[in-house]
Amino acid sequence: MTATERLVRGLVWAMAAIGVVFLMTPLVVTVAVSFGSSSVFTLPPPEWSLRWYERLWTTRGLWSALGTSVQVAALSTAVSLVLGTLCAIALVRSRIPGREVIATFLVSPLMLPGLVIGIAMLQAFRALGLRDAFASLILAHVVLTLPYVVRTVLGALSLFDFTLIDAARTLGRSYGGALLRVLAPALLPAFLTSGVFAFLASMDNYPVSIFFTDAWTKTLPIQMLQYVEESPDPRIAAISTGLILLAVLALVIGDRLVGLKRLADF
Amino acid sequence: MTKRVDLFALSALPAVLYLLVIYAVPLLMLLTRSVTGAEGLTLAPYTAFLSDAFNWQIIANTLRVAGLVTLTCLVIGYPVAFALSWARGLAQAVLLLSIILPLSVGVVVKAFAWQIVLKRDGVVTAALMATGLFEEPPRLLFTETGLVLGAANVFLPFMILPIYSVAKLVDPRLTEAGATLGATPWKRFARITWPLTLPGVISGIAFTFSLSVSMYVIPSLLIGDRFQTLATLTGRSFLLMRNEALGSATAVLLLALAVAVVVGSTWFARRLGRAA
Repeated sequence: MTATERLVRGLVWAMAAIGVVFLMTPLVVTVAVSFGSSSVFTLPPPEWSLRWYERLWTTRGLWSALGTSVQVAALSTAVSLVLGTLCAIALVRSRIPGREVIATFLVSPLMLPGLVIGIAMLQAFRALGLRDAFASLILAHVVLTLPYVVRTVLGALSLFDFTLIDAARTLGRSYGGALLRVLAPALLPAFLTSGVFAFLASMDNYPVSIFFTDAWTKTLPIQMLQYVEESPDPRIAAISTGLILLAVLALVIGDRLVGLKRLADF
Repeated sequence: MTKRVDLFALSALPAVLYLLVIYAVPLLMLLTRSVTGAEGLTLAPYTAFLSDAFNWQIIANTLRVAGLVTLTCLVIGYPVAFALSWARGLAQAVLLLSIILPLSVGVVVKAFAWQIVLKRDGVVTAALMATGLFEEPPRLLFTETGLVLGAANVFLPFMILPIYSVAKLVDPRLTEAGATLGATPWKRFARITWPLTLPGVISGIAFTFSLSVSMYVIPSLLIGDRFQTLATLTGRSFLLMRNEALGSATAVLLLALAVAVVVGSTWFARRLGRAA
């Protein structure tokens, strides 16, 4: 290795260190502020305290917003897992024309501006006379979570060797039994991982949800934004820390199921 | 056998139908609605929007900020992607974690954190003051610099991961061969590494640019109402101003911009693939 190469390598690693610090800054700051006693976000905190967490119990609207978010995320993820897995199997196994176009169509909600998708749905739901906020949220969030399921399950299916099913049938399993005993276990890690990240995407969604909330039905990100506008205090950092913990949990599950490196596949 | 194949094809139907009804048709309705007036086909909302000089300022704001965010992400993200492709063991785990964890945390959380970070008595200002280059604390929150910094932070993983996905496939023997043949390090980068990673760079740029064009929460929290982009104007015209004609027109402009970026980058990447 020449001196120039060493220098370049050194610079790349230095940039990587800066990148890590830069990427982690918002998360570290949020957690630090949430456990501090200062109400003006002094860093490092003058002393540690749990007072912002205690105040969460009496924060108006927080628990109902959390409830709404969890229900919307759970229901829309469940629907997406069924629709998305069925569709991914169809795309891999059938000979329907234009499979690539269909696959692109299914993941396209991730590539288009959420705000525009939200507005389009708002106008369409109104035209159909659908005014219920909760139902609208579920309908919209299925569209947003479906790409995660299709992408991940499709990836796992393309690695699956389908001759294994024929082998199981030769060995006496029925077709359904072969699917259940051979395909299902092979798909399970990707299926669960996609569910976890679909759930997270729904929980965190802002640009679409904003069009489907009313005074009684608010999702957590919308409620948080309202707190930011009304009274920005470290309670918001405490809620954020909870959401960061949820993301950590999702990563631990994802790492156990498919490994961190597979999660980084793009 | 043929029967089973049909069954497989049928199982794609629910998802496709669902997306058609709940997603594709609404988008088409938005599109047709924006070009139909009282007397049939019209481009009036667009000509009205584009004939106002103030709106060109908004379009310029949108593109400038998105361009700066994309550039910042590329400058930081390219070396980080390479470091990730070299890293093993603990370094790899740390890098992967610090890319994927922020990606799994919502944008409201991160935008709020940047509000704290960029405050006049925040950590970034303190770090800048410590360098001794500044006489008094520079203002960052509610400035374009602060906005670009915060947005680049949120979108950086979308630059790193596509570049990483091609960087890890680059065969190190190619650059070694270049060195054996007498190419300077710069020439090896320009003639071997850069062209090989270009598809990842293009898709990274496409992701970060279209995300930055349509960001809504980050500008509302980091720069405020004075600074308008196409996305904030779109959101506001529906949520606050109740001016749906204006909002629909800008929404379609945003959509067109996003589709152009995705289609353009795919076309470009495919052309590169054919040339290689």
